[in-house]
Amino acid sequence: MRAQFPLLSRRVHAQPLVYLDNGATAQKPQRVIDAIESYYRERNANIHRGAHHLSQEATTAYEAARETVRAHLNAAHAHEMLFTSGTTAAINTVASAWGGANLNAGDEVIVSTMEHHSNIVPWQLVAEQRGASVKELRISRGGELRMEELDAMLSERVKMVALTHVSNVLGTVNPARDIIERAHAHGALVLLDGAQAAPHLRIDVRALDVDFYAFSGHKVFGPTGVGVLYGKEKLLDAMPPYQGGGEMIERVTFARTTFAALPHKFEAGTPNIVGGIGLGVALDWLAQLDAEALAAHEKDLLDYATAKLNAIDGVTIFGEAAHKACVLSFLLAGTHPFDVGAILDQLGIAVRTGHHCAQPLMEFYDTPGMVRASFALYNNRADVDALVAGVERAASMLV
Amino acid sequence: MNIDQIQDSIIEEFELFEQWFDKYEYLIDLGKNLPVIDDAYKTDDNLIRGCQSRVWLHAEMNNGTVQFTADSDAVITRGIIALLIRVLAGQKPGDIANAQLYFIDAIGLREHLSSTRANGLVSMVNTLQSIGRDFSRAH
Ligand SMILES: Cc1ncc(COP(=O)(O)O)c(C=O)c1O
Repeated sequence: MRAQFPLLSRRVHAQPLVYLDNGATAQKPQRVIDAIESYYRERNANIHRGAHHLSQEATTAYEAARETVRAHLNAAHAHEMLFTSGTTAAINTVASAWGGANLNAGDEVIVSTMEHHSNIVPWQLVAEQRGASVKELRISRGGELRMEELDAMLSERVKMVALTHVSNVLGTVNPARDIIERAHAHGALVLLDGAQAAPHLRIDVRALDVDFYAFSGHKVFGPTGVGVLYGKEKLLDAMPPYQGGGEMIERVTFARTTFAALPHKFEAGTPNIVGGIGLGVALDWLAQLDAEALAAHEKDLLDYATAKLNAIDGVTIFGEAAHKACVLSFLLAGTHPFDVGAILDQLGIAVRTGHHCAQPLMEFYDTPGMVRASFALYNNRADVDALVAGVERAASMLV
Repeated sequence: MNIDQIQDSIIEEFELFEQWFDKYEYLIDLGKNLPVIDDAYKTDDNLIRGCQSRVWLHAEMNNGTVQFTADSDAVITRGIIALLIRVLAGQKPGDIANAQLYFIDAIGLREHLSSTRANGLVSMVNTLQSIGRDFSRAH
């Protein structure tokens, strides 16, 4: 497995790299790297427009990638999969296009304490414009949504429940199916931010009955600058376009412009063609792995790392959900997360420190930041051992 | 000593360190021993913008030279500001404003900081030098 990821063999500060910042972005398997290179060497052309052969080939490859994404999410139609530049763009599309058309004065959007800023700020922007408001669904100290409060918050004013599927800080896997049932019972739609779920879970948008689902290519071993917005056909059809431009129109006159059918209505301009193709290759690669074995491997890493880190004097781990992805955020008593991160970096261990784009969550735990080690399928127990030794070293220097 | 003499002696000290860990330990020591800023000066106005950890800096004139006190909630950052203060404190404001801080690259400080920290370093240097400029205009 590790041999398929060329970058993992490099050294940092003269030490073998221990890459534990997968929550920020994942490394790429050789297959994805090859696909990107071969696209530019052999196939590069603009899609959906050239009458020539190359353009046909590029278009076919791009649309095949869309079909791969559809299969990966088990959606009903490929045209429900919109290519975006990432999760952020996907959420902004829904907030702006759906929210702009459907939110009215007095309406409410529910988000939670554990959201990434990209699932808070877009809603604040549209709520401000439309006179709607954004409500916080609170979490427990252990880092789980307070589901009983969700019931109390749901009313006919709530038009959208926008929650992260997996927390980028706490690792909590939220009970998506349950949330969606409760929201639908009150007539609210549900958007799930799947940025951190897609690398760890198999997602079935039809079994979930989720209305919108967003994720980023670069966190699922694909290229940067591409992501996906899934939306139910009838919702996407009813939504106005997000951006105007080429590709997304049917006919333009100065009197009246009509829009192209899905998915093109939401894909103005030349898209990230190589990104879409690379993402398709990444998802194909993921699909041929044994999902159950991977889940068991990640669970083993999480349990092992949790026990080992907890055994270090002064370490507090944040996020104790029963169902948790392989993410460990922690603090070392008497130290600042930046100091711990700086020492780990000198040891070749890549972790993230800071607020993790989740300032409301940092405020909830009353800390300016945390150290986060986030694992991927190619990490192993030796990586955990290196992390633990690094944290012990940091403790001996800093405390 | 003038600013360049202090920089040269810091460069010499750092030459003794074989590993970056020794340099970090030195910075951590400096950080732990930085004379603490008066709590009254730990205000939002005295926060240096652009640092990811919080850094407070207070400056005052004393017999024609500038005195600095500072603090940070991260100890390595405190070490870095302590090092900068060691170079610039007790100097004339004009000299502070015009100093070329070549020791930073000579000791390899920048390359061993994450990019966010390196940005913070630039903010600290800019703030110290602009204080020098403000005081030299005022006095
Ligand atoms: C939970 C969550 N949502 C959204 C994002 C934003 O993803 P991107 O920057 O790829 O748009 C991230 C990325 O860090 C994330 O972890």
